[in-house]
Amino acid sequence: MAGAGAPLAISACTAVTALGPGLAPLRAGLLGRRGGLRPCDLPDMPEGLWIGRVRGLEAVALPPALAGFACRNNRLAELALAGDGFAAAVAAARERHGAARIAVVLGTSTAGIEETERAWARRGPDGALPADFDYARTHDLQSLPRYLRARLGLRGPALALSTACTSGARAIMEAAALIGAGVVDAAVAGGVDTLCRMTLHGFAALELLSRGPTRPCAADRDGISIGEAAGLVLLERPEAAPGAALRLLGAGASSDGHHMSSPHPEGEGAVAAMRMALASAGLAPAAIGYVNLHGTGTRANDAMEDRAVHRIFGDGVPCSSTKGWTGHALGASGAVEAVIAALCLEAGLVPGCLGLEAADPEFRCDIAIANRAAPGLNRVMSNSFGFGGSNCSLILGRG
Amino acid sequence: MSALGGRIAGIGLLGPGLPGWAASRPALAGEAPWQAAEPVIPPPALLPPTERRRTSLAIRLALAAATEATAAAPDRAGIETVFACSNGDGAIIGSILTALHDPAGVALSPTQFHNSVHNAPAGYWHIAAGSPAPSVSLGLHDDSLAAGLLAALTALAARRRPVLLCAYDAPLPPPLDAARPTGPAFAAALLLRPDPGAGPLLTARFQAEPAPPPPTGDAPGDALDALAAANPAARALPLLRALAAGRPARLALPLAEDAHLALELTPC
Repeated sequence: MAGAGAPLAISACTAVTALGPGLAPLRAGLLGRRGGLRPCDLPDMPEGLWIGRVRGLEAVALPPALAGFACRNNRLAELALAGDGFAAAVAAARERHGAARIAVVLGTSTAGIEETERAWARRGPDGALPADFDYARTHDLQSLPRYLRARLGLRGPALALSTACTSGARAIMEAAALIGAGVVDAAVAGGVDTLCRMTLHGFAALELLSRGPTRPCAADRDGISIGEAAGLVLLERPEAAPGAALRLLGAGASSDGHHMSSPHPEGEGAVAAMRMALASAGLAPAAIGYVNLHGTGTRANDAMEDRAVHRIFGDGVPCSSTKGWTGHALGASGAVEAVIAALCLEAGLVPGCLGLEAADPEFRCDIAIANRAAPGLNRVMSNSFGFGGSNCSLILGRG
Repeated sequence: MSALGGRIAGIGLLGPGLPGWAASRPALAGEAPWQAAEPVIPPPALLPPTERRRTSLAIRLALAAATEATAAAPDRAGIETVFACSNGDGAIIGSILTALHDPAGVALSPTQFHNSVHNAPAGYWHIAAGSPAPSVSLGLHDDSLAAGLLAALTALAARRRPVLLCAYDAPLPPPLDAARPTGPAFAAALLLRPDPGAGPLLTARFQAEPAPPPPTGDAPGDALDALAAANPAARALPLLRALAAGRPARLALPLAEDAHLALELTPC
């Protein structure tokens, strides 16, 4: 992986999405074309929305020694650790490499700000926040990586990345760079982001939310459904994980330098990130078998992305967005979709966009709207774009 | 681990009584007295007026240091960036939290919401610099500067392209300030280029052990040391003081309670 070292093994991965905890419900949902979006039933949210809520999250308990980290985001992180043997795989890696040689690099857009929203509602008559509000371990960005570092008994560097909707993908790219530079031998990487009032009301103020379940790439698409999710991968050099079949082959990032919340209309930044990812993997566009689009379901994003992807791939590579299943999990979306890319590689699957009878006729890419069997699928690109003009593309493959 | 390293090719600074790197060198080198004064945060001249109007204090703070550090760089549009900040845009976060609890109903400002993302200063910087280069924004509470240095030097090692590190933090408004006290607004930026090259050499090594207590310096416990302890970005002050004095230094920046980044500065 030029620019970030050799290809890395993904020796474990897991996700929690609106479909449920772990990979099994996500895989079953993708194969059975059943999504996880539901009408919003959280209090004090904008009216008439659909969301991707993780059921039962409020009941997840943190270990007593780490109770100070308790917030919706770390409950989601805790739930993720239990899935697919992830915590056990990290423990095994800790035995192999030593705790100091494993980094924790995680992306989030809002960390534990949902906890601050709750504390705000409990302000005293003088306006002061309640004394039990733990800013450093919930609100601050460090909350997420510091929680998982402590929970997993790791001693390597912890980093919290926050680049809006590319955070999870960018965290995986940074983790790979830390291994490539020899700072560590392995990394727990990914993203965790949770539903909060700030996010839902904020996107409502921008008039970017769909009135029903989001339908990316539809001609009459009308916006985003926000979801909450966690996506985690364990990265190591391939020689340290001989049993691992999945690889992170390449990563690329760029900045639009155009506008804070609108993408460059021709997708210049998106094109640059995809080209950098291909170059870092040493691959031609034709080597990619499926592009998992950022595909938020907004008018502007999906049209821009179609143009950008077409510039590189033409109509020769099937593309789709999986946000119809999970919603847009913001700072976790890039990590969750990297995990979905891994599932697609394992299952030989190109999942067609959910809830569409036809793709936008203006689009020129090969947009899949039904699931396609892809038994030889070897390499998948996953795109993430975000506010601030942040772009990131990852390429995953089979070893 | 082997050490990461790079050459310091530009420096930016804005803090109390520290109105820019060039203007602050004598005070940092101990050649002139340092006097506390409110930092004057200029509007970002590089931005077009429509964008400039939308910038908040935190964005202007970050862009001031980034602008100074790259003022002499002929390749500003090709420089990767790392923005490191603990508090984010406290004024905007506080205002949004207030609006979310308005008994008269919730009405958020769209501009405030998109400016609330942690990478807002990075977004404005890349518009200002006309730069398509990769950028990352991060935070790690008191250890944000160390996290930023680690990310910047790792990017330099990975891609051998110049990287601008910009660390900035401003105080939070009430009532958040009681939960997270922060000293006066402070921003420091370093333009790092691959070694070999011109400029002082900065190397860093991650150490999985607590940072050793700071060595007794030539001015222990002075006012600038107090400033460094009060704002996560001001933790750059010991490094900036060594750079101003043109002297070598070994510094330890905590990166969690049980680990640190060991820095070594070699003047050119």
